[in-house]
Amino acid sequence: MEGVIIATLMAMMAGVTIAIVRQRNLFAVVILSGIYSFLMATVLVALDAVDVAMTEAAVGAGISMVLFLSALYLSKGEEEKPQHTPLLPLAAALVTGGALVYGTLDLPAFSDPGAPIHQHVAPRYIQDGPRETGVPNIVTAVLASYRGYDTLGETTVVFTAGVGVIALLRRLRRPVSR
Amino acid sequence: MEDYLVLRVIAKLMIAFMLLFALYVQFHGDFGPGGGFQAGVIAAAAIAFYAIIYGLPAARAVVPDRVVESMIALGVLIFSGVGFLGLLLGGNYLDYFVLGHDPVHGQHRGIFWVEAGVFVTVAGVMLKVFYLFASRVREEG
Repeated sequence: MEGVIIATLMAMMAGVTIAIVRQRNLFAVVILSGIYSFLMATVLVALDAVDVAMTEAAVGAGISMVLFLSALYLSKGEEEKPQHTPLLPLAAALVTGGALVYGTLDLPAFSDPGAPIHQHVAPRYIQDGPRETGVPNIVTAVLASYRGYDTLGETTVVFTAGVGVIALLRRLRRPVSR
Repeated sequence: MEDYLVLRVIAKLMIAFMLLFALYVQFHGDFGPGGGFQAGVIAAAAIAFYAIIYGLPAARAVVPDRVVESMIALGVLIFSGVGFLGLLLGGNYLDYFVLGHDPVHGQHRGIFWVEAGVFVTVAGVMLKVFYLFASRVREEG
């Protein structure tokens, strides 16, 4: 049953992607990308990754759409017709996609308990995590405690990105001396 | 958007619940899904929603630029401060076991403040990026 739901959602996502590519009205593209994010979030809920689903819904469908819309306000609402034929980009996308699909052939099967990633430190987190940290949500325990350094790094990345955007977009109010 | 009465009333109703939900996601992250990052984004989205309906100056009056910019740095300071607190109390950097009398309590404290730091930085950055984009005026021609 779960497989059917995920396959349906994935098919809908593919449909939305094709609609995004074919659509020239940028407002419609922004709304469609929001729909794509919500579908992705639903897939992640079906995969029991609720934390990631929440992030996808809030960032992908919420904040990104608002930012896209405010960027759209500054530009024209229609996409220009491309000047070159799309054959070269299509070929590049096909080759890259083919390489990625070829790469996944070597991965362990989905939710295979014998996969290396489930054999390394994951059993210890699952067995000792609630006892050592007293936090029932293992995701939070791993994120904030066991992998605290990584989360500090991620927060610093968010900080750096924010500072970068400020440096690029901020307009200094210099007194006009003319 | 400031003339649409329905939007204004509905927005006012929803923003309170959005902020409450952000706090729930923040503080319930230990037990259910969520945490500082998600809560920060939801809180920033609530303020952005307010700005869309009531105009950017109104939102800037509630959360001024100075506060938002301080939040960006403050969150990282809180996070790294928890790390240094661990050092001062005789543990390693980001060691939460020494933060309380009993190790589990220390872990709770450490995770709480670390998540608070993530919340503050993420909310600040998201809001600042939104402010910067929204405050740009279209240049005609």
